[in-house]
Amino acid sequence: MKTIRYIIQKEFKQIFRNKGMLPIIFIMPLLQLVILSNAATFEIKNIKFSYIDHDNTSFSRALIDKFKASSYFNVVTDFPSEKIASSEMLKGNVDVILEIPHYFERDLSKDKKTDLSVIINAIDGAAAGVENVYINQIVRSFNKNAIANLMQPSDKKYNVKTIDSIPSFWYNETLNYKTYMVPGILVLLVTMITLFLSGMNIVREKEIGTIEQMNVTPIKKHQFIIGKLFPFWIIGFGLLTIGLILAKVIFNVPMIGNLALIYFFTAIYLLVVLGMGFFISNFTDTQQQAMFISWFFIVIFILMSGLFTPIESMPQWAQHLTDFNPIKYYVEVMRMVMLKGASFKDILPQFSIILTYAIVMNGLAVWSYKKIA
Amino acid sequence: MKRFIGFIKKEFYHIFRDKRSLFILFGMPIAQIMLFGFAITNEINNVDIAILDKSKDATTIEIINKISSSKYFSVEQLINNESEIEPVFKKGKVKAVLIFEKDFSKKLVKENNATLQIITDATDPNTANTISNYTNSILQKYQQEINKNIKIPYQIIPKSHMVFNPELKSVFMFVPGVMTIILMLVSAMMTSISITREKELGTMEILLVSPLKPFQVIIGKVVPYIFLSIINAIVIVLLSIFVFKMPVQGSLFLLAFESVLFIITSLSLGILISTLSSTQQTAMMISLMGLMLPTILLSGFIFPISSMPLPLQIISNIIPAKWFIIILKGIMLKGVGISFIWKETSFLLLMTMIFIAISVKKYKIRLE
Amino acid sequence: MKQESIIQVENLTKKFNDFTAVNAISFNVKKGEIFGFLGANGAGKTTAMKMLIGISTPTSGNAHVAGYNVFKNPENIKKSIGYMSQKFALYDDLTVKENITFFGGIYGLSRKQIEVKRRLLVEELGLQDIANELVSSLPLGWKQKIAFSVALLHEPKIIFLDEPTGGVDPITRRQFWEMIYKTANNGTTVFVTTHYMDEAEYCDRVSIMVDGKIEALDTPKNLKKQFNAENMNDVFLKLARG
Repeated sequence: MKTIRYIIQKEFKQIFRNKGMLPIIFIMPLLQLVILSNAATFEIKNIKFSYIDHDNTSFSRALIDKFKASSYFNVVTDFPSEKIASSEMLKGNVDVILEIPHYFERDLSKDKKTDLSVIINAIDGAAAGVENVYINQIVRSFNKNAIANLMQPSDKKYNVKTIDSIPSFWYNETLNYKTYMVPGILVLLVTMITLFLSGMNIVREKEIGTIEQMNVTPIKKHQFIIGKLFPFWIIGFGLLTIGLILAKVIFNVPMIGNLALIYFFTAIYLLVVLGMGFFISNFTDTQQQAMFISWFFIVIFILMSGLFTPIESMPQWAQHLTDFNPIKYYVEVMRMVMLKGASFKDILPQFSIILTYAIVMNGLAVWSYKKIA
Repeated sequence: MKRFIGFIKKEFYHIFRDKRSLFILFGMPIAQIMLFGFAITNEINNVDIAILDKSKDATTIEIINKISSSKYFSVEQLINNESEIEPVFKKGKVKAVLIFEKDFSKKLVKENNATLQIITDATDPNTANTISNYTNSILQKYQQEINKNIKIPYQIIPKSHMVFNPELKSVFMFVPGVMTIILMLVSAMMTSISITREKELGTMEILLVSPLKPFQVIIGKVVPYIFLSIINAIVIVLLSIFVFKMPVQGSLFLLAFESVLFIITSLSLGILISTLSSTQQTAMMISLMGLMLPTILLSGFIFPISSMPLPLQIISNIIPAKWFIIILKGIMLKGVGISFIWKETSFLLLMTMIFIAISVKKYKIRLE
Repeated sequence: MKQESIIQVENLTKKFNDFTAVNAISFNVKKGEIFGFLGANGAGKTTAMKMLIGISTPTSGNAHVAGYNVFKNPENIKKSIGYMSQKFALYDDLTVKENITFFGGIYGLSRKQIEVKRRLLVEELGLQDIANELVSSLPLGWKQKIAFSVALLHEPKIIFLDEPTGGVDPITRRQFWEMIYKTANNGTTVFVTTHYMDEAEYCDRVSIMVDGKIEALDTPKNLKKQFNAENMNDVFLKLARG
């Protein structure tokens, strides 16, 4: 135990002495948390809207005014011709072109039916789908008013059966993305910092040659590993704590559940990450290799964590792969506990997987660390 | 010149001798594009929902059938009263609960109106919103069916044309992004690490006292990585064409030119990072921690930039990946020529020049 | 001069695939002597030494260091030896004091012992002014001297020195050897590899390795006689050229 304390002391001193690293470890992640959490939103707004009004009547202008009034659309301009409009779309200056046909108003009242042409840039398919829904909503409500005005006594009465749907959004009534993203991004930052630092640590001593000096001392494997990893464990907690405070103060993220539960889970989770870092460190000869490998895994872990894109949408084989992704479980637990107030019983499945993971990873780390070549 | 070529050869030897790093450099981008190309999508498929049917009549059963047969939803469980909703959500699997009110059919017939409540787990606002939209469109279709004998006059019918991606494939959205992220991070990381490595091992000094000029040393270090990145870019483009069926509507030549430009931008960013850091550790942390999340989040790869708050939209302009993603989508999906993307291209050029200028300046200061 | 052996080596061999780095070497080192371990680069010195200090497992043969078998008890060997190499000795980003505390700590000295040792060491080497400086800011000669003292903190029975004076100026080398003598006089066995042939003259006995084998082993005086040479340098050249 005493030996471990000396190693820990040494590691802390080395970390805090490296003035170039300190801001990278502590400031950069928190800055990213504060800034980037604002970026992660799928909400579609400020849609660059343009129109070609061939009709140019008060009726057609009324329709366009509806779009102008909508908070989703940002009416950029109107175009005299379709050709110019589509060239602007190629340049990326507009997302949506609404084309109102000649005799729009006249056709509607005479033929009792008219078409509208809508062109949507669909490269972002999901966004295009949403934009289409918004456009339909606006047109439908405009249509409803128009019907009321145009209705003639000669028109047949009709009785439409309607089903109303009342959506209610639990845990996050205003559909605030930050509530959703902040805990997730915090998880990523904590994971990245601890994985990179622990992954580089041992291999760095290998590269400088200091590892040999350690290997000729009588310290035991487990003492060495615990001593090496403990400081990063603490740093992980430090980051989590500051991150949670920022989440509360700046983003006002609700924290319904028990914070102690989050810390408890984090304690085990960090062991997984640190064990993984140590394992990578043992299997590489240079910091460069260690970094590439950590990078490879972290990118996969991040993009397949369900944080940015939903796991349910992935193909089956990819969903199975995510079962091995520790970040996925941590993100789930953070959200469940913070936003829904889940109890230990609720997170038991995630917890037992992470615990198993921690045991396996650290087992591998101890096994792969060889004092004797 | 001869000396210089000799030096470049040495750099190539370094890279090709380290088989493990080489494997990583080529293997990883391939593995990642394959994985992400398939897995990253924000379409909603097979979302687990629960249903609380208080009337259990012909209509509700018909609607439930329609919902469960759609590809969007899979009905995970049926519950019997409201008190079960909370525990179901807490377990985390079910994302929405649909509640049919009592006497659903009866009301629909008598009062021409019935109500369905959609409760979503909005901790994920995007999924919640999409679920609500999809449910509505299923309901809408059902209403059209039951009302098909009634002709409503004065209909305005919007006809939507989804251009550039008529099938709304999310592959078209994400593959260019994945390409960009991988090229960017690999290139910037490789150069920054390899240069600081020489600094740390002390071999940089040896190179600097050699008759080679400092910029030759740097170029010599970078050339092999340009070569490596170009191979990576070619492999990635081939994969996206043949595996993910991405079209290349525009000119392949332009695509090649822009890719080389972007690679050089990323490499010069790597050089800049290496002049800012004295140890490999610092260089790696800057290029990993500093670049990864901002590039993923602010480049428009996943999240639309136009929806971000204004300050972030402004910040996003300094992310080189943003411009390259626009360029890639332009050439591959829209088939535009240089006249449509000259602005983005010149941004990349400008950034490259700024990165190099700062590096040269820093470098000189260090030498004095 | 009959003394007990503290290192016994019999047919110690290390192979890396087809390459035999150390080929069945045998020798004894007596307690309290300064044993010079010489050889050209690549002759197998470092590999042999690594087996003796317990960080590399021999392919065959046998060896006992401080009474412990290198196969069975490498961890016990580590408790009884000190080690210092030219490549690395101290942590650059720690101060002198911190290095002393750290190494004392991991060798299991008590807080009090560390405190006492540190004060002694600072006084002996005259480190008062630099005790709180980062090691990276010290000249190489200082680093080596401090590293040597740090390797002796836990009072090992044997100290292994791997080219300890590489790159150091002649005056510092002299001082360093004075330290080695003092250590040997206190009863600690010194096992030292070196490139400098003048240093070989300072050793009690010298072994010379060529291509993984020990080609000569005796006192410097006898070796010079045996090879009919004026100094150790000639002995070495004659052996190395075969």
